[in-house]
Amino acid sequence: MPESKLTARSPIEPIPLPEKVIIPLHQNIGAPCETMVKRGDKVLTAQKIGDSERFVNAPVHATVSGEISATTMVVNPPTGQPVAALVITSDGADRWVELEAPGEPEALSVKEILGRIREAGIVGLGGATFPTHVKLSPPEGKKIDTVILNGCECEPYITSDHRVMLEYGEKVLSGLNIIRKVLSPDTIYIAIEDNKPDAIDHLEKLIVAMGFKEDFKIIPLKSKYPMGAEKTLIGTILDREVPIGGLPLDVGVVVHNVSTVKAIHDAIFEGKPFVERVVTVTGAVKNPKNLLVRLGTPLKSLIEYCGGIDGKASEVILGGPMMGISQPDLDFPVTKGTSCVLVKESTLIREQDCISCGRCLEACPMHLIPTTLAKYAKAGRYDDCKEAYIDDCFECGACAYTCPANIPIVQYIKVAKSELIKRAANK
Amino acid sequence: MPEREFLISPGPHLWRGQSVSKIMYIVVLALMFPTAAGVYFFGYYALSVVAVSVAATVLTEYAVKKLRKRAFVMDGSAVVTGLLLALILPPTIPLWMVAVGSVFSIAIVKEAFGGLGHNIFNPALGGRAFMTACFAVKMTAWVSPTGFGADAITTATPLSSSFIWEGDKISLYRDLLLGNIGGSIGETSALLILIGGILLLALGIISWRIPVAYIGTVALLTLALRQDVIFHILAGGLMLGAFFMATDYVTSPITARGKIIFGIGAGILTVIIRRFGGLPEGVCYSILFMNAITPLIDRYVRVRPYGLAKKVKSEG
Repeated sequence: MPESKLTARSPIEPIPLPEKVIIPLHQNIGAPCETMVKRGDKVLTAQKIGDSERFVNAPVHATVSGEISATTMVVNPPTGQPVAALVITSDGADRWVELEAPGEPEALSVKEILGRIREAGIVGLGGATFPTHVKLSPPEGKKIDTVILNGCECEPYITSDHRVMLEYGEKVLSGLNIIRKVLSPDTIYIAIEDNKPDAIDHLEKLIVAMGFKEDFKIIPLKSKYPMGAEKTLIGTILDREVPIGGLPLDVGVVVHNVSTVKAIHDAIFEGKPFVERVVTVTGAVKNPKNLLVRLGTPLKSLIEYCGGIDGKASEVILGGPMMGISQPDLDFPVTKGTSCVLVKESTLIREQDCISCGRCLEACPMHLIPTTLAKYAKAGRYDDCKEAYIDDCFECGACAYTCPANIPIVQYIKVAKSELIKRAANK
Repeated sequence: MPEREFLISPGPHLWRGQSVSKIMYIVVLALMFPTAAGVYFFGYYALSVVAVSVAATVLTEYAVKKLRKRAFVMDGSAVVTGLLLALILPPTIPLWMVAVGSVFSIAIVKEAFGGLGHNIFNPALGGRAFMTACFAVKMTAWVSPTGFGADAITTATPLSSSFIWEGDKISLYRDLLLGNIGGSIGETSALLILIGGILLLALGIISWRIPVAYIGTVALLTLALRQDVIFHILAGGLMLGAFFMATDYVTSPITARGKIIFGIGAGILTVIIRRFGGLPEGVCYSILFMNAITPLIDRYVRVRPYGLAKKVKSEG
């Protein structure tokens, strides 16, 4: 698979504050937030504007100072469901709320740390957007013996985590040290693909300099998609298998992405809520870059900052080319899970019948038979999909990538999964 | 930024670009080696058999697609079938019979079952079985290699009971390896078949499992039956069958273990037919039989998904 890491050497650039931001109230995999403000309210940067009583949730914050100018609905393609969003017109001053006093993790209790992480609105930034405080609160009786810091970034094109490791290495490591305090695991690994030797070197040096030599161990991994997927990572490093339908904590492991851990650092040491992130803008733009972007900034602004679309590219993808989703609406904002904006020419190739070549089996990291799942899904045989372990599939797309008949296997699997969820809900 | 329309498409948004037609044309390329051997040893007539067979399979595919009102895609699969069929026919087969066999291969064995990807039997082998039933005499008329120009001399194939070799074993093996021996157009030169097969293995088009399991089983069983092992591997259609027919994606199992089972099954059947059956050669029917049970193999030979054992354990 071509790596296409066009921006691996491009330092992170902050982009000018946008005139307005759009903050969807549902930016995590759990419950949506209720709005805490109304139209016409003045807000400050980092002020909490949406929250929920539910445990599996993370609040959302204003990312510029200004006025709530509208409440609107945005449609996020993965679900197709409209989500309520708040529009903030910036006053250009970027006045921040008074931040919580920076804490020393040593002085804070685990409960206080988790509370701060939650209040900062941190979710899994690798794209899964699972609320981080939940991941750091294993249920009673589940002992976490291993923490893996995930710096694999195995998708082609994306370099945001790579740059975060290079430019915010200290913050990443002290964020990881906070996780150590919360979970007190026996072992902490830092997993990085070997296509990022500079990041491996840099963190190796920092570990020594910061006195973490006894605590953190860097594991360079072969650059092979989908290495960075939780289950693949746990299998490769620990030779443990997460049960089908289970979570890494079922095998005593928690995996966190490097950008998430950097955000944990900012929340604890700087009292800063999660209001900006690094986004790789790449592919067919004039100047591909890694940008530091306030959440809620429209995609259009990012692409314009990078010199606009180059050539006749016809598709904008949120995320990487393998698991990313097409987003035709460029007014859509950067959200917590946006690691990459990829502009590319659309490649629409006719689907052919399966010739049973078996390439998808070889590609599947979960050892499924993707073509059979796709066949069942296509025929509406969803119960057969279930029996063929469709729940084990995490939709990495390695099967469809290699398929000579160009069958959109993942798409069929997604349809079957959502049908199965609907059926389960109706029971 | 000017307004423009953006598209949406399902992910992944990258494609390796290994298409069905690319795969088929690589197989065609690999088949050029045994085809060249056939033409070298059996002359221009063999070339005309190949030409008629390929033309007839492609035209039949086109006609059937038109009749079924489906798009005709020149994906190369019909070319592969045409080539394979020609290579497993006797070098003196009348051309009209070749055409009949080709039409049967495509129209009945392949398209009647739904076309590429849906057929149960390997189309070329199905066509050959049909021709053997219809044209028994012509389908068993073997000649010794004549090259270009010389008159054909009737001979027996090495596997038939009337085959007599007046020479030492080494020269027999050499002729079997190079192809200077009676037999079907494309199955005489074990060496050139092997080159084509290795090309397919090297390019990742086929897996080693079926050829190795197949040829290995034949070797072990002939050894056990105190037969000449090298002779059984090199003679007849085994090499061509093992590398080019039994490895047909559509009609062989999809899992690694299934492929091994397929190869072993075909090997056992081939030896049984050669040794105890009424026919001198058993490759064609062995593979066809294994084709028939491939859906069964794929139904029951599964891969253990990641995380499955752990789940069973925790539940139990």
